[in-house]
Amino acid sequence: MAVRSQSIAAGGAIARQGPLGRLLEREAIFSWLMLAPALLFLLAFVAYPFIYGIYLSLQQRAVAQEGVFVGLDNYVDNLKNPIFWQVAQNTFVFTFAATMFKLIGGMGLALVMNQQFPFKNFVRAALLLPWIVPTVLSTIAWMWIFDPTFSVINWSLVNTGLMERGPSWVGDGFWAMVMVIIANIWRGLPFYAITLLAALQTISGELYEAAAIDGANARQRFFRVTLPLLKPVLIITTMFSVIWTFSDFQLVYVLTAGGPANATHLFATYAFNIALGAGQLGSGASVALSMLPPLLMVIAALSLYLRRT
Amino acid sequence: MIGSRAFGYRLTTVWIPLVFFMVVTLFPFYWMAITSVKPNSELYNARLFPMIVRAPTLQHYQELLSQTAFVQWTLNTLIVAIVTTAISLVLGTMAAYPLARTNFPGAALIALSIAATYLVPQTVLFIPMADVILRMGLQNSLWAVMLTYPTFLIPFCAWLLMGYFKTVPRELEESARIDGASRFQAMLKVVLPLCIPGLLSAGIFAFTLSQNEFLYALIFLTKSAIRTVPVAAISELVRGDVFYWGQLMAAALLGSVPVALIYSFFVEHYVAGLTAGAVKG
Repeated sequence: MAVRSQSIAAGGAIARQGPLGRLLEREAIFSWLMLAPALLFLLAFVAYPFIYGIYLSLQQRAVAQEGVFVGLDNYVDNLKNPIFWQVAQNTFVFTFAATMFKLIGGMGLALVMNQQFPFKNFVRAALLLPWIVPTVLSTIAWMWIFDPTFSVINWSLVNTGLMERGPSWVGDGFWAMVMVIIANIWRGLPFYAITLLAALQTISGELYEAAAIDGANARQRFFRVTLPLLKPVLIITTMFSVIWTFSDFQLVYVLTAGGPANATHLFATYAFNIALGAGQLGSGASVALSMLPPLLMVIAALSLYLRRT
Repeated sequence: MIGSRAFGYRLTTVWIPLVFFMVVTLFPFYWMAITSVKPNSELYNARLFPMIVRAPTLQHYQELLSQTAFVQWTLNTLIVAIVTTAISLVLGTMAAYPLARTNFPGAALIALSIAATYLVPQTVLFIPMADVILRMGLQNSLWAVMLTYPTFLIPFCAWLLMGYFKTVPRELEESARIDGASRFQAMLKVVLPLCIPGLLSAGIFAFTLSQNEFLYALIFLTKSAIRTVPVAAISELVRGDVFYWGQLMAAALLGSVPVALIYSFFVEHYVAGLTAGAVKG
């Protein structure tokens, strides 16, 4: 008789509805009907490909051919492959360096932006541009900025007398990695800055006044008031950024295509080359899935830390 | 004395860092713009001072618009962005609403799985996805990307909107239902109008993300006529090993304009969407 008591609460409306309408007013039925389209879509286009990807990674499978089940062979082959280890190292170096700079630079920029100055909204909008503009298009600009012959950076370095010859950005493994990291920092720093700025603005000014009255200087106010209050946002922002940086594809694909000699290949670009360049879907899937364990560890560590504090 | 010290303080804590960040942020855009109007004779002369343009020309723009399918690519990008944003907003709203406003068994688990879906990087999924789309026979149709972009846009929209839906007091919805509205009508006529800022944030965000997308577009759109701007720029404006930098920069700039325009009208909503997840979560 739950339906009856509900219909009393809802007055005459239910009386006007047929049995179907009354069924739709039941909370669980309404909820599941609303959820169904999105859930079915995500099951078909996320959950299914994900599980199918795991199944693919256990096969030797070339494009347009039947797969042969090989168990964990692809993963074992990866672990025996020096290029795979090089790719793993590249990905960690890239993620760590880029995240550190984005975190520190973004924090600095947020602190600067949290002060009063004219045209603040305009400046904030301009500083977010790298994040908004399609990444591939801005990366093409970086490609031109680092061009082997006409690099404006090298032109400046040479003409200001800082260097005799500019670094070989595309030809040298070390400098190629530096280049990719610079482009990633440029693109990702605004995300940190704007998120941290939003968090800074929620901190009450009274806390700083109280700290100042107690004799805290600017540095102490930052480390004792600002930083502890910012910690949850800092951790969540870093978690998102680490996931995106670790799984980055387009920057490297456009700037270096993994070269020179695999020096800048990341998991994503390497998996792309194996699966869609060489047509080895199974082996490529195993490389792509290798991203998951480290990412899961990062997510688990950060959420544990967040829960504890 | 005090005035000059205060000025020095402002200079080192506000103005110098601000100018530094602005210059670094905006330089690539300046470089795009200036390259796109330089004649080739200036572009490829390493002895000239490169920061300025001496004899500006619109030749690169002219060639981009007349010799390539740039207009078509822009249209494709817009069609894809509009359709995927619409799909994701509708399905995202429908999913977020019961998760935020009703208590049914399993709600928490589903909310969590939707969040997890958002965290799975596209680069983990793209290989099996390529095979799925291939077997559906959708490669080289805009549907290939219009079906795959919502895989990350629906979870994002749903997650963002759940936060907004939770802020509307339950009493409003209940009184509407006592007045005779069904659950669906209460949502459509009472709750959604109050959440327009949230819907705008989610929409703007989804729109920029789908204009930005590269990996799926690269894999699925291999014919010139259906390419979106990012893929077309990288695969069609580079002919052989030759880079037409003037044209490339013109394309990069023009391709960024629609996103930047939309963004400039809705900065506040965009920032709200960007920070909602991290700050509120």
